[in-house]
Amino acid sequence: MKTKLSKKMKRRLYRIGLGAFLFVLALAAQKLSLIKDQNGLVIMFLIAYLVAGHDVIRKAGRNIVRGQVMDENFLMVVASLGAFLISEMSEAVGVMLFYEIGEFFQDYAVNHSRRSIAALMDIRPDQANVRRGQEILTVSPEEVNVDEIIVIKPGERIPLDAVVTNGNSYVDTMAVTGEPVPRAVCEGEPLISGCINKNGVLEARVTRAYADSTVARILDLVENAAQRKAQSEAFITRFARYYTPIVVITAVLLALIPSLITGEPSVWIYRALSFLVISCPCALVISVPLSFFGGIGGASSKGILIKGSNYLEALAGADTVVFDKTGTLTKGVFEVSKILPTKAFLSLRREEETILPKKQTGHSDDAQDEDELLCLAAYAESYSTHPIASSIIKTAKERGVFQEGNPNITVSDIRETAGKGVSCVINNMRIVCGNERFLRESGIPMEEELVEDNNDFSQGTAVYLAVDNIKAGVILIADEIKTDAEACIAGLKAEQIRSVMLTGDHQEIADAVAKKLGIDTVYAELLPGDKVDIVEKLIKEEAPERTLVFMGDGINDAPVLARADIGVAMGGVGSDAAIEAADIVLMTDEPAKLLTAARIARKTLRIVRENIIFAIGVKLLILILAAFGIANMWGAVFADVGVAMIAILNAMRAMK
Amino acid sequence: MKKNFVLEELDCANCAAKMQEGIRKIEGVKDCSIAFMTKKMVLEAEEQDYERILKEVKKVIGKVDPEVEVLPA
Repeated sequence: MKTKLSKKMKRRLYRIGLGAFLFVLALAAQKLSLIKDQNGLVIMFLIAYLVAGHDVIRKAGRNIVRGQVMDENFLMVVASLGAFLISEMSEAVGVMLFYEIGEFFQDYAVNHSRRSIAALMDIRPDQANVRRGQEILTVSPEEVNVDEIIVIKPGERIPLDAVVTNGNSYVDTMAVTGEPVPRAVCEGEPLISGCINKNGVLEARVTRAYADSTVARILDLVENAAQRKAQSEAFITRFARYYTPIVVITAVLLALIPSLITGEPSVWIYRALSFLVISCPCALVISVPLSFFGGIGGASSKGILIKGSNYLEALAGADTVVFDKTGTLTKGVFEVSKILPTKAFLSLRREEETILPKKQTGHSDDAQDEDELLCLAAYAESYSTHPIASSIIKTAKERGVFQEGNPNITVSDIRETAGKGVSCVINNMRIVCGNERFLRESGIPMEEELVEDNNDFSQGTAVYLAVDNIKAGVILIADEIKTDAEACIAGLKAEQIRSVMLTGDHQEIADAVAKKLGIDTVYAELLPGDKVDIVEKLIKEEAPERTLVFMGDGINDAPVLARADIGVAMGGVGSDAAIEAADIVLMTDEPAKLLTAARIARKTLRIVRENIIFAIGVKLLILILAAFGIANMWGAVFADVGVAMIAILNAMRAMK
Repeated sequence: MKKNFVLEELDCANCAAKMQEGIRKIEGVKDCSIAFMTKKMVLEAEEQDYERILKEVKKVIGKVDPEVEVLPA
């Protein structure tokens, strides 16, 4: 990315160029003895010095007036003027020039990274086309009201959260959710602001004002993330506060004491002046927040919103992840996973015509038997509103074996026992449909063998069906495990992070899911309040420097999200409660995104540590070398601006 | 009361730290946080005293770096 220089930066660059030119001129005059007069040389160097160091000198002077003595500009002026006075004229000018060049690049790099991080998060829509009367007006998104109709052309960014009223298109949600596959949208479907409309013209009714729209909330969240500072950030600013005065005092002592002992004041004053240059803390202070911000920016481009540097830091130290089961590791949608007729049902079907015609094209015998069972269950449950009944009916409709008000089928004598099941008569068959206990209580012999043996019923709810007092089969309804849940747990294991699962579901179901995913610890049959207690207990067991992550879908788990060291909510798009309560929001429903977040966190922390150690290490090394006269003032300037530059470049890696 | 500001021309990380430190010492300031990367300042202070406090905040900022401009976010 090419960054255009601001006017101010350009002026600085010209001044540095002019200063360098004058410096070379003065050097040439000195080395080639073009000017014999010593005073003439001094004046030449002094002009170069004033031009090159103009900004530093001006700021130093201004700050002295304001009582800011320990300021880096002031220290730099003292150091270079000191060198001037002990007749190291070329060095004084050179060091000032080098310092200005370093500062220039440092500012350039900071501006550049500010901009590229901002570009990562650039989901702000510039305008909205709103239909008002006969006209379509282009206005700023803030001016559009709820329920107005907006028109989104191909290639445009969706300005506000809305629902499609007309048109079909594909929507690129990459910038908001990190999801690379475009999503198809048609009439009636919601549009998330910040996404890009790919090919068709869409008309949509606005559902949220700009300030409440997804895009505004994401921007607000990420932009404010830098306010919550990490411990390492606080450490480095505290360090800087003591570092500068200590180095300055050491410099004064270094100038005085050895000079009195050895009687070589110019040698020791020179060394002390180098100390003053190294005492500037900027390299230390700048690299830490920059790394964190890079990490936060990089994460947001992958659909992971992190509310503060402190959470990024905490996430890097996580050793326990607690998952809510339903909606987090599983889809939270109940679906028919298996239909198992009994052998008795098969022979019954061979002998008698039941409901469905014997041969349906394209279906095998097995599938037909399953369809028949499903069909009977669906009609039996057709008056029930229980979620399990609706999932049976849904599947039956999908398979084409159920239609509401079918004239060929009469359902009569319906008796529903809440929580257990239903009995009824379909055409001339007596149907009992419900849980195992309900069938036993209805006096149905349960010994009948299923066509397939050794089925594991533990992963869901089993609905039994009997026809004319003969056990006909079982329909298994399960909450499906998300496709990437296993990879998520395996990834945590590889990092030696313990996984814990909490659920209100039955122990057997919980155990089955945990076994399949490889989860270490399971707490089942919990009431909502128990979850907070367990998380508190687990936090107490943690080593103090390690942290606990709780991950939920943001529904009913706000207290737990708030209590955990790091609360991670998923499916952030459109869920206000989740964005409010969580510390980290995953924009998609994929639990494996947690691994990405953890990887970014660890990388960022590693960069932060590298920068702290590198910057402090180099400064200390050059301080020691300067004290013994091995490093000169050039080395000292490198320890300041050079180190800052390298630390900034390193920090930028956190973004990728 | 909590308000956001933008610190235009904020170009030194250590200055940001110094400003934040200084502002936190002003009487009536509950919390202040300056993020160097986003140039944003969040200032939380007593509502009835906000005018006076903001004036002092600007003074502290000007003392560290007079080129920095405090703008409403």
